[in-house]
Amino acid sequence: MKRQLHRVGLAVCLCLTAPGSPAHAFCGFFVGKADTKLYNKASKVVLVRDGDKTIITMANDYQGDLKEFAMVIPVPTFIEREQIHVTSNAIIEHLDEYTAPRLVEYYDEDPCRTIVAMESRALGSMPAAAAAPPVMAKELGVTVEAQYKVEEYDVLILSAEESSGLETWLKQNGYRIPEGATEVLGSYIKQGVRFFVAKVNIEEQEKLGFTFLRPLSVAFESPKFMLPIRLGTVNANGTQELFIFALTRNGRIETTNYRTVRVPSDVELPLFVEKEFSDFYTAMFSRQVEKEDMHAVFLEYAWDMNWCDPCAASPMSPQELEELGVFWGGEPNRNGGDARNAFVTRLHVRYDAAHFPEDLFFQETGDRTNFQGRYVLRHPWTGTADCSEGKDYRARLAARYAQDAKTLQDLTGWDPKEIKDKMALNGQADPKVDPATGQKWWQRLWQKRKS
Amino acid sequence: MMLPKALRWFNTDARHYQMTCQSTLFLYGCLFLGFDVPWWLPAAFIGTTLTTQYLFTKALGLPHFDFRSPLISGLSLCLMLRTDTIPLAIFCAALGIASKFMIRWRGKHIFNPTNFPIVFALLFLDGVWVSPGQWGSAVWVAFLIACLGAMVVTRATRSDTALAVIGFHAAILFGRALYLGDPLAIPLHQLQSGTLLVFAFFMISDPKTTPYSRPGRILFALLVCLVAGWIQFGLFRPNGLLFGLAACSPLVPLIDFVLPGPAYRWDRASNQTKGMSHETSTTPSGLGGLPLPHGAR
Repeated sequence: MKRQLHRVGLAVCLCLTAPGSPAHAFCGFFVGKADTKLYNKASKVVLVRDGDKTIITMANDYQGDLKEFAMVIPVPTFIEREQIHVTSNAIIEHLDEYTAPRLVEYYDEDPCRTIVAMESRALGSMPAAAAAPPVMAKELGVTVEAQYKVEEYDVLILSAEESSGLETWLKQNGYRIPEGATEVLGSYIKQGVRFFVAKVNIEEQEKLGFTFLRPLSVAFESPKFMLPIRLGTVNANGTQELFIFALTRNGRIETTNYRTVRVPSDVELPLFVEKEFSDFYTAMFSRQVEKEDMHAVFLEYAWDMNWCDPCAASPMSPQELEELGVFWGGEPNRNGGDARNAFVTRLHVRYDAAHFPEDLFFQETGDRTNFQGRYVLRHPWTGTADCSEGKDYRARLAARYAQDAKTLQDLTGWDPKEIKDKMALNGQADPKVDPATGQKWWQRLWQKRKS
Repeated sequence: MMLPKALRWFNTDARHYQMTCQSTLFLYGCLFLGFDVPWWLPAAFIGTTLTTQYLFTKALGLPHFDFRSPLISGLSLCLMLRTDTIPLAIFCAALGIASKFMIRWRGKHIFNPTNFPIVFALLFLDGVWVSPGQWGSAVWVAFLIACLGAMVVTRATRSDTALAVIGFHAAILFGRALYLGDPLAIPLHQLQSGTLLVFAFFMISDPKTTPYSRPGRILFALLVCLVAGWIQFGLFRPNGLLFGLAACSPLVPLIDFVLPGPAYRWDRASNQTKGMSHETSTTPSGLGGLPLPHGAR
């Protein structure tokens, strides 16, 4: 019998991160769509948690042959069929867009009068999928505790006595297990976990009419509030990107065994960043990772799900939240809120085995302070302003441009000259510099005499 | 000369070093590690601990008000406890100082005045949390904390408790890793925790709530670490050490009974100003010829 080899997407899934499509902003109108793929090899995980109840949804952007795809996830308890659910990528995309770092525009008022406008757009990550394999022997100490068909997925719940047996079993059953996975599997086995193994049932998928991987949700009850990332680092080439979207009842979540750091936010940037927002954000994020020596988890968004300001996308509907597993939706919250009684946290981690040797452990805090990655473009007043305030305003603009350039340089490490050149093209030239020659006034002062 | 006089005063009590170290760490955390601390939080913690201590001093008719113990408690809360709500901050700070005066056994308070309100809040209150990951694992930060902490405990002659806690905790972490077959990077990462060092050097090393004898303190450290290990790896809850300390604190009188030792006095630790007491006394005499350790810390 010809056996299909399944490429195992261990631990958290792999997915591409592309920008979310924009949405309406509170005060103003939408300008454009940040349609760029920001991160390669990114996984997206939604964690819904209240008390010991957890619903984890994993989205995977696996791009290869679906027949070859499988996913192995350590789970703390036995999983029944009803605890597994297949959901849609659109919901996760929506959550991604809603929580994405955003670019906001303001227009300076006529210094001699008033006016306002504002726009926003957002960066997002992207969807993904999952998959899995079938059954075989049990002499290796591996027990197939259950086998389910869940929509287009074939799911196995395995327990094992030792890692070598599990590894052998997986290999015999056509799963490609990366070198070095034995020790990690062994550690999980000794901690009494089960393994949730999923692969795509192609026939079933064709019947359902899908051609891509849909996210898988698993609900369970366990005091462990964690995400197993160790298996995912075993065979990883380079670093991996992980987005965690947590939906909780009381407040934001944070990692307890790594530092959770807010991304820089509410900074004013040169106008040309509008066209390069994706590049800006990825460069800034990389720089922050470097600054923290890659030992930190970054907070990109923490907000009450009932609203947003500015909105990169509309808040999730109660139905969408329920679909993701927010089981307490209908209950009133402590602030007397409505059915959208959820606080969302977006964490972004760039990790590898060397810097993140341990799985991610979380806790829910009581912190309901809103936070968002927000970057501001401030358009200067371009009309006439002949009053004395107008003259003062123009004089202050130069300092503002210089500050914007420095902020951008500090955040991204981009070349200061390049920044200034691009700013000049956007009408944010340093007034001391002659736009025609690119020279400062003192550089021109004695030039004629010298020549 | 003002400076030598100030230095002499500074040297009269080991707690002056402790306050300096705690303030430095707190400022470092706020300025460089992005601690989640609104401006009012330190004001609420420190203001409340000082006020509560003052009120109890007056209510109990104690000879004089000592600002050091409540200030240290307030600073410890600043380093560890987080909340978005001012009333909760005030409640926790007041609870810690009140526990010091009200939960006592033979003149010695049972619970650490910082540990008690933190554990109480984590167990029973919403909107209060501890961020065990806030210090990160940067080695040099851990080193800095260790050095500063070591200075404090050495002067307070309780470095044995701190070192025992770190030793036992490390043994549990490495033992677990060996059992699981985990790479040593994992226990090393767990050990490189600023939170562990802050706990060891600034909380459990408090000489007023630990056993009097050295063997007693070592035993106490072992018990705390065992309970902490069970909470962390058996119950899968964070902040195991904090809960472990609270759970074991009521055993201190028993340990003192089984393994007796001389009572502790801050002023003796600094071998200065003999007979001077900085503590909040509730009983004027000692037991068996020894001065009783009254009040906090």
